[in-house]
Amino acid sequence: MADFLVQANGLKKYFDNVHAVDGVDLNVRAGEIYGLVGSDGAGKTTAIRLLVGALLPNAGSVNICGYDVFTQTEQARATIGYLSQRFSMYEDLTVLENIRFFAEIRGLSSSEWLPRSMEILEFVGLGKFKDRLAGQLSGGMKQKLGLASALVTRPRLLLLDEPTTGVDPVTRQDFWQLVIKLVSGEDGVSVIISTPYMDEASRCHRVGFMKAGKIIAEDSPSNLRARLNGRVMELRGEPLNTLRHIAHHDPDVEDVAAFGDKLHLRVKENAADRILARLPVEIEAQNARLISLRLIPPALEDVFIALSESNMESEVA
Amino acid sequence: MTEPVISVQNLTRRFGDFVAVDHINFEVGRGEIVGYLGPNGSGKTTTIRMLLGLLRPSDGHATVLGFDVARQSEEVRLRVGYMSQKFAIYDDLTTLENLTFYGGVYGVTDKARIQHTLELVGLKGHENTLTGDMSTGWRQRLSLGIALVHEPKLLFLDEPTSGVDPTARRAFWDLIYELAEGGVTILVTTHYMDEAEYCERVGVMRDGKLLAMDTPTNLKKTIITGNVWEVFALPLERGVEILSALSGVERVGLAGDHLRVISQRVEKETLENALRVENITVEKIERGEPTLEDVFLALAR
Repeated sequence: MADFLVQANGLKKYFDNVHAVDGVDLNVRAGEIYGLVGSDGAGKTTAIRLLVGALLPNAGSVNICGYDVFTQTEQARATIGYLSQRFSMYEDLTVLENIRFFAEIRGLSSSEWLPRSMEILEFVGLGKFKDRLAGQLSGGMKQKLGLASALVTRPRLLLLDEPTTGVDPVTRQDFWQLVIKLVSGEDGVSVIISTPYMDEASRCHRVGFMKAGKIIAEDSPSNLRARLNGRVMELRGEPLNTLRHIAHHDPDVEDVAAFGDKLHLRVKENAADRILARLPVEIEAQNARLISLRLIPPALEDVFIALSESNMESEVA
Repeated sequence: MTEPVISVQNLTRRFGDFVAVDHINFEVGRGEIVGYLGPNGSGKTTTIRMLLGLLRPSDGHATVLGFDVARQSEEVRLRVGYMSQKFAIYDDLTTLENLTFYGGVYGVTDKARIQHTLELVGLKGHENTLTGDMSTGWRQRLSLGIALVHEPKLLFLDEPTSGVDPTARRAFWDLIYELAEGGVTILVTTHYMDEAEYCERVGVMRDGKLLAMDTPTNLKKTIITGNVWEVFALPLERGVEILSALSGVERVGLAGDHLRVISQRVEKETLENALRVENITVEKIERGEPTLEDVFLALAR
């Protein structure tokens, strides 16, 4: 189908006996932000490296902007901007010199690179710092320089491998505003981003949860959350530890998580009413105090955890 | 009356003219789990280093477990544990060997204690696994074990679940809650709201000042006093421009496929009209819930 910018089918990559990527299909539209979410070792980075053609798969195919990544590697790569986890820059070159270096190795001519570089530096907010040595940039600015370098060739697809690891929330917010502007602009760049964090996943248009080399669920954040509608409850009261033990022992409660001053309970389907009737009585019987018990909108984290417990898979899928 | 585990009065640290930590005050009680947040360079690490007795305060005073951090730093360090995301685990040693080695550093040679620690962090049965072969989640458990082997009363965690998925994070925090239930006090620094949400109280620092410290619920209530609106409208970018210019709107952010608007007094209809007048397609506007990230952005900007 022509409206997919990225099409990957049946991707597999084995390292000795480890199935790092174990049958992944991925379709990403123009202007879409796709989040690959999972822990270290789930296969996110390997998947991204397969998509850019940096690794050869044991099986499967990747097509980007109409080019086969493994047979038309150069044409495919020309459409990709890639920001790896360990983005390296030359600390003893200035910001502009770094961009120039990336532009020239990607084949931009001298009449092209300068206006394009300045445009990109303005876009990421580094215009004022073009003559500063890269080694003297703050963490957030280095990350923006990385993004600028990946954008200098006007890619149609941007691959970001855990771009905000170790970056504070203010800087992260700025970074995301840039990414969202890129995809919602007229050119409609597509973005594939990997992250272990749910607060980032919730900003993507679609999310694929990766576990052990497979995508175990894929949907928009709101549809994923809807899978657990009516099944997440918030419990407040004192002492929290007593409430935790009471909730753990309730037959309709599948999971109890403490969140600071409250508990989140994942409950069986259609069990919320029974719990609303039963828990307050139980709490009073144990001389604890109930402040509130209510159904709340599920968070992505709740869904991820529910999906990870294998016996739940069929139930919420 | 029980004495606070951490007590900080007007704690200050200057580096030349730069005030890294500027007269901060807070207390943490026994068994509490407190998050410590702030942008890079806001003074979080400097605070922790002073509490560990690694850096002398320029002004003010702090006690940890009843000991003065400036004059009794040895006493403090014997009783606190520290787990960093960059903690050095020897990859070519097994779980047990790593734990034995670090136990030795603290003078812990009691085999039963080391076994107990392994059990506590859920690594029983993995004694002979080379740590280089373990997943990030397991390595974090080992780091926690290493920080706990001398049975500290206070534990500092620096982005403890960096890089793991929610399942591993949940399992890790279940352990932390058990420790806290047993009376261990926990101070966590992190950039991730996924992690901060687990804390009982959260403090936010900026430019060396502690701007607020309260429960996540109270912070959301007191700092985000306006309404949160989730606006689904296209094109998004024009939407940001229009709503940012609307009087009474405090913050507009892009949230993937929609806009997040925070405002005291602007109502749904006003937002909708402002967009419609400019020919923006409004799919729906829903009320959202304030998040810790909203709190952080409101305070740290």
